[in-house]
Amino acid sequence: MTGPLTIFDRPNSYIGRSVPRADAARLLEGRGAYVDDLQLPRMLHAAFLRSPYAHARIDGFDLDAARAAPGVVAVYVGTDLIDHVTPYVGTLTHLAGLQSPPQMPLAVDRARWQGEPIAMVVAHSRALAEDAVALIEADLEPLDPVCDVEAALLPDADLIHPELGTNVAWERTVNVGDIDTAFAQPGVTIVSRDFTFGRHTGVTLEPRAVVVEFNPSEDQLTFHYSGQAPHMMQAILGKHLHLPEENVRVIARDVGGSFGIKIHTYGDEIATAAVAKLLGRPVKFAADRNESFLTDIHARDHIIKARMGVKADGTIVGIDFDDITGIGPYSMYPRTSAIEANQVLNLTGAPYVMDHYRARARVVFQNKNLMCQYRAVGHPIAMAVADGLLDEAGAALGIDPVEMRRRNLMADDSYPRLSASGMKLADLSHQKSLETLAETMDYTALLADQAEARARGVYRGIGLVSMVEVTNPSPMFYGIGGAPISAQDGATVRLDAGGGLRISSSITEQGQGTNAILAQIAAGIFGIPIERVKVTTGDTDTTPYGGGTWASRGAGIGGEAMLQGALALKEQVLGVAAVMLQTEADSLDIVDGAVTDATGIRMTLSDLAKTVYYRGNELPSDLKPELIATRHYRVTDFPFVFTNGAMAAYVEVDVETGITQVLNFWAVEDCGRVINPMLVDEQVRGGVVQGIGGALYEEILYSDDGQMQNATMADYLVPMAGEMPDIVVKHVETPTRTSVLGAKGAGEAGTGGAPAAVMNAVNDALRPLAGRLDQMPMTPERVLKALGVV
Amino acid sequence: MSQTQDVTITINGEAITRTVPVRMNLVDFIRTEAQLTGSHVGCEHGVCGACTVEIAGAPVRGCLMLAVQADGQEVTTIEGLADSGRSAALRVAFTEHNALQCGFCTPGMLASALEYIDKGGTADRTAIRQHISGNYCRCTGYQSIVEAICDVIETGAKT
Repeated sequence: MTGPLTIFDRPNSYIGRSVPRADAARLLEGRGAYVDDLQLPRMLHAAFLRSPYAHARIDGFDLDAARAAPGVVAVYVGTDLIDHVTPYVGTLTHLAGLQSPPQMPLAVDRARWQGEPIAMVVAHSRALAEDAVALIEADLEPLDPVCDVEAALLPDADLIHPELGTNVAWERTVNVGDIDTAFAQPGVTIVSRDFTFGRHTGVTLEPRAVVVEFNPSEDQLTFHYSGQAPHMMQAILGKHLHLPEENVRVIARDVGGSFGIKIHTYGDEIATAAVAKLLGRPVKFAADRNESFLTDIHARDHIIKARMGVKADGTIVGIDFDDITGIGPYSMYPRTSAIEANQVLNLTGAPYVMDHYRARARVVFQNKNLMCQYRAVGHPIAMAVADGLLDEAGAALGIDPVEMRRRNLMADDSYPRLSASGMKLADLSHQKSLETLAETMDYTALLADQAEARARGVYRGIGLVSMVEVTNPSPMFYGIGGAPISAQDGATVRLDAGGGLRISSSITEQGQGTNAILAQIAAGIFGIPIERVKVTTGDTDTTPYGGGTWASRGAGIGGEAMLQGALALKEQVLGVAAVMLQTEADSLDIVDGAVTDATGIRMTLSDLAKTVYYRGNELPSDLKPELIATRHYRVTDFPFVFTNGAMAAYVEVDVETGITQVLNFWAVEDCGRVINPMLVDEQVRGGVVQGIGGALYEEILYSDDGQMQNATMADYLVPMAGEMPDIVVKHVETPTRTSVLGAKGAGEAGTGGAPAAVMNAVNDALRPLAGRLDQMPMTPERVLKALGVV
Repeated sequence: MSQTQDVTITINGEAITRTVPVRMNLVDFIRTEAQLTGSHVGCEHGVCGACTVEIAGAPVRGCLMLAVQADGQEVTTIEGLADSGRSAALRVAFTEHNALQCGFCTPGMLASALEYIDKGGTADRTAIRQHISGNYCRCTGYQSIVEAICDVIETGAKT
């Protein structure tokens, strides 16, 4: 950067440096504190009877044997909780027309997906609780399930919720320009593709878990959970368990991966809380892997018919598509299951200039597990559709994929501006990112390698994607629609008598390095060695109020609050120092844990704090002993702070076996100011691998009658080390104008972009054989079918 | 057959004697009876590797072995690897490369990495990737883990 020195150029700044995470040592010694590690006095263990059918009427239960089983303390069914839990509804007002019926933690009269909890045993151990679950006699009448989303839309389809009169939960259309007329113009080439995106799930290595304590004498509920949004859960528990919010404490200590999975309202967790309250004893529920597959939210599962029109010079006229997505039998509470489709409508083609855009999404109920927001919500679909169409158009016109993007990307000097779908965009660098990518991957050399390989019958393909990512959401994402989800976050910075800083923040740590970047920002901005900064996150009792870490918002929003808090404390400290030193505050600075002026160190922070805290008698009466500051921050003026990136995959497809190997992957990411390059790179790499998983391996398979077929880790394939490539990550830094820190999010870019790049690469590899895939994951079988081999 | 059995399992050098259900698996014994929560339960069917511990120098899935099968055996967990210093170089390298994010796979990753290094594995990235292919990590994408293991081998650091 050029120009005058800024707060980021201070000699003791940690911003922009690859500072290792202080938390790592603890985790590497086996000293983590995950929910299932918690053992409390008098604690009981919950296990659930789950519907074995995708759709069934509940006619009653015989619970006598379960109640009499060894170690059993209590058994509950849906009707037992009716007076203790207010039903929840997964709708938001800004998603106009979205409908979903009330949901209870244990199904009351109908079970609507295989795995829905219908009865609960609480016992002295999880094993004893499971024994008793096996003794429950449930009188269930199987009903015809509606699983296929296209069948669910037919006029004579059975209705999952007859009272709604339809299986459509939500529908939205976007219509900009006049696509029919534009596509009918002479010289316009139309390409069309019908895409199918399989169902995925997060497969967090730590399954969902809660330990819930209730203290009747104080009417106090403590909810230890593995999750991303403590204050959201506090509001939900207060509302639905009939407690004042201030009587609910939510604690999220170490979280064994989340990726959006652990940010929703799950019946088993709510039931556990309700029962802990009823019994006045701690109750633990830790999902096993089978329960995770059956009930952790699923994602993607879109069927999209799409067209793109291009002029002879390759410029895009417009995109026209129709999206159908199945979301299970309810819209998930409180974030809803309409957001992914909404994102697909908002984001498709957002990197590119076009005048015409028409999109329709239908969000459909079905008797499968619930679908909701998982890492990079909607992005992999939107990017794969737009960039897949673009490559198809390029192939039809004989224009190289890099050149196609050059001709269509929004110019780096054209912001702020709107996308075709109406998204407000600013501070993006598509062109620079694409050129950096082409140079980093050595595109020319790669083309030569590809040609050489083809000559000897080896099919390699190059696939690109230019992408946007939604980060740093404003209240326009959830709060506007009535969700108890904070768009602002807070940070508190306190100088202790020992001269160290105690900081706390409402954003949360799930392994991204949240605590590390908060310490970097506080230390650098305030002026203290990072070792002297201690961080608290993940506790509604001890942190400021805020949203948590999701939607790539932690660094951009929580980081800015921390920056502002550190600046405020610095001003306070220098004010005190100026009085003590009988000088002007603006002649002083804080460097390396001491108050300094042009001559050097004047006073250590410890001396200053001890004077204020212990020997206030030495200070003027009007000096306020305030060595703590709290600041909050929210994004204004923009609904979201978009980032951009350009990625490429180089793959080899074995045309005999259909197996695809990703040989190389490159990602150029512009997340604004990079606080910790190592942590950002690792977010991108982890995200890319998750995206490769979605492109090549991961798919939840259901039978026609709604039975999940691959609910084990041996059958649901996730990326393992042996199949994954090394990933080159580069940065372009265009700070966002919305904050001083200038940081945007980076957590979801890899997952959002990689599937498109890999799909384009596979199709590039197959093009000489006239094969094309439009379905993810691109399994060996599908590759061979695309080649007409099977 | 009795539903319970007396066992003595030596974990990280400490003998733990308990009467346990014969169906209890080893990782549950380690976590609940010995209260060593550093070993994690990820899948309970031997795929994810989070529960990997060392028995007689070999990595073992704690979820695929019953506690009664470990009667009389010596088990080393992530806590033991730290206390003895055997994981010291790996811990430094994992920290420097950020080869862990959420930390849930880490106990198994360290056990597998240590086995590879102790058996004289070279800094061959493909071989390392193959070796840790029984350990699932959702966060890192594996590259940083490979680099950390390479680092320890290349610097010849004593593990």
